[in-house]
Amino acid sequence: MIKTEHLRYAYNAAESEELKFVLDDIDFSVSAGEFVAVLGHNGCGKSTLAKHFNGLLLPSGGTVYVSGMDTKNETYYWDIRKSVGMVFQNPDNQIVATVVEEDVAFAPENLGVPSEEIRKRVDEALKTVDMYALRRHAPHLLSGGQKQRVAIAGVIAMEPKCIVFDEPTAMLDPKGRREVIDTILKLKNEKHMTVVLITHYMEEAVKADRVVVMHKGKIVMNDVPKKVFSEVKQLKNLGLDVPQVTELCYLLNKAGCSLPNDILTVEECADELERLLQ
Amino acid sequence: MLKDITLGQYFPIDSPMHRLDPRTKLILLVLHIVAIFLANNAITCGLVTALTLLVMLLSRVPLATYLRGLKPILFVIVFTAVLNIFLTAGTKIELFGYQTPMTWEGLVLAGKMALRLVLLIFASAALTYTTSPIALTDGIEKLLSPFAKLGLPTFELAMMMSIAIRFIPTLIEETDKIMKAQKARGADFESGSLIRRVKALAPMLIPLFISAFRRADDLAVAMESRCYQGGNRRTRLNEIHFAGIDLGATCIFLLFFAVTVALRFLL
Repeated sequence: MIKTEHLRYAYNAAESEELKFVLDDIDFSVSAGEFVAVLGHNGCGKSTLAKHFNGLLLPSGGTVYVSGMDTKNETYYWDIRKSVGMVFQNPDNQIVATVVEEDVAFAPENLGVPSEEIRKRVDEALKTVDMYALRRHAPHLLSGGQKQRVAIAGVIAMEPKCIVFDEPTAMLDPKGRREVIDTILKLKNEKHMTVVLITHYMEEAVKADRVVVMHKGKIVMNDVPKKVFSEVKQLKNLGLDVPQVTELCYLLNKAGCSLPNDILTVEECADELERLLQ
Repeated sequence: MLKDITLGQYFPIDSPMHRLDPRTKLILLVLHIVAIFLANNAITCGLVTALTLLVMLLSRVPLATYLRGLKPILFVIVFTAVLNIFLTAGTKIELFGYQTPMTWEGLVLAGKMALRLVLLIFASAALTYTTSPIALTDGIEKLLSPFAKLGLPTFELAMMMSIAIRFIPTLIEETDKIMKAQKARGADFESGSLIRRVKALAPMLIPLFISAFRRADDLAVAMESRCYQGGNRRTRLNEIHFAGIDLGATCIFLLFFAVTVALRFLL
C-alpha cells in the first residue's frame, strides 16, 4: 500500500549550514489492511514521515510509493491524495464548515462527486463514526472527541484506502481519546482500512498489528507489539515508556519472579499474576 | 458566555422558507425592503405588514425569537419615534386642556417609522434564521457569478467568507483563554486611562495573531490533504436550484410589490 525506499528529507536550511536530515534512509512499508503504529520521541521525524505518505512533503532523496505510484510524479498528485487520507492533531484546525455534514462533504465536493453520491457518502461516514445524530450541529459546540470524529468522517467520505492519523488524540481528554481509538479500530476491523497511527501513547500502539519505533530520523525497531515492548531496556534508552503492565512485569522479573516479558494488557497481566501466586 | 454565540442565527429546522433557494430569498428580501420604504398609507403599510407576518409564519421560527432580535435596536426605534413626535410640525395635541409640544402628524410619522424599522428587522431575520451561512455564501457566490467573467474571484470570496464565519467562535474562545492566562500573571485589562487599556491589549493580541497564523497554516494543510483544488470542478452536497416553490414565492412577492407601488402613487 505505502512503501518508502531510502527516504531522506531535510528542511530547507541556510546555505552555510550543513543539511540536517530529519528523515535519514527510511525503508518503511505498510501492506493493505494492516494497522501500523509509529512511535517516537518529540522531534524524531514521525510527523514528517507521515506527511510524505500523501505527498504533502516530497522526499529530498529516495522514493515514496503509494499503491505503486511515485509521489514525485505530478500526474498521480490527486490520486495519491485521494487514496491516503490524513487526520491531524488539532480537531479545530481541520474543520472547514459551520455545519457538521457540510464539513464531511468537503472532500467529495472538492473531487467533483455528484450531489446524490455525496449525500450517500456523508450519511454513511457519519454513521461509521457515530455522529449521524449530530449531523446538523455546529462543530464549535461539540466536544474534542466529537470534533475529531467529525474530522475522521470527513476523511472517510473521501473513500481513501488508507488513513494516516498524526497524533489524533494528543489534544483530547481521556474520554475523547477512547472514542477516537475505538473509531480507528472499527475502521480497521469492519471497513478493512489500512491504518497508520502516529502516537506517543503506548497503550494505543499496543492495539496495532505492528509497531515501528523511530529515533533521530531513523527506524530503530519494527516488529509486532509483543516483541517491541518486551525490549523494555532499549525503549527506556530511547526515552520512551512501555505500557504500565509491561513495566510491572519487567520490574517483577528483575526482582526474581518468572513472568513472560511480552505482557501488554491488564487482563493478561492479571492472569499471569494469578498463576504466579498459586 | 462566549460559547453561547450563535453562528448566523441559523435555525436548523424544516419549513417552506428553509426550502427556498438562498438566491430567491436574497433577491426577494431586497424587493421587500424597497416595498417597505415605499409604503406610506394605511393600505400599503397593511400589505407589507401582512406579507412580513406571512413569511414569519411560514418560517416556523418561534415569534419570541423574532422579538428577541428587536432588542438591540429597540433604543433606536424609541429614540426616532420620540424625536418624530416632538419635532414634526402640525396640529398640537391637547391633553387635559393643556397644549403639548407633540403633534398628531408627528405621532403618525413616528408610528410609520417604527413600523418600517420593525418590519425591516423581521424580514432580514427571516432570511438569516432560515438560511445556513454556507447556503447564504453559496447564494451570494451564484448571484455574483456573472462578475466572475470579469475576473472577480467569486468562489474564493465565498470560501473566505465561510471560513471566516467558521473561525469566529474558535478565535473568541482563544481570546478568552489568553486573557485569562495573562490575567493570572497579573495583566490588568480593566483599569487605567483609555490609552493605558489599549496598550494593555498588546500582550493579548500578539499571541492571538500568532496562533491565528498557525491555525491558518494547519487548516491549509488539512484542506490540501482533503483534495482542495479551488473552485473549478467542485460540486455541492446541497446543490441550490430554482424550483417551483421559488417561482411561487417570487410571484407572490411581485404581486404584493406591484400593488404596493400602484397604491402608493395612485392614492
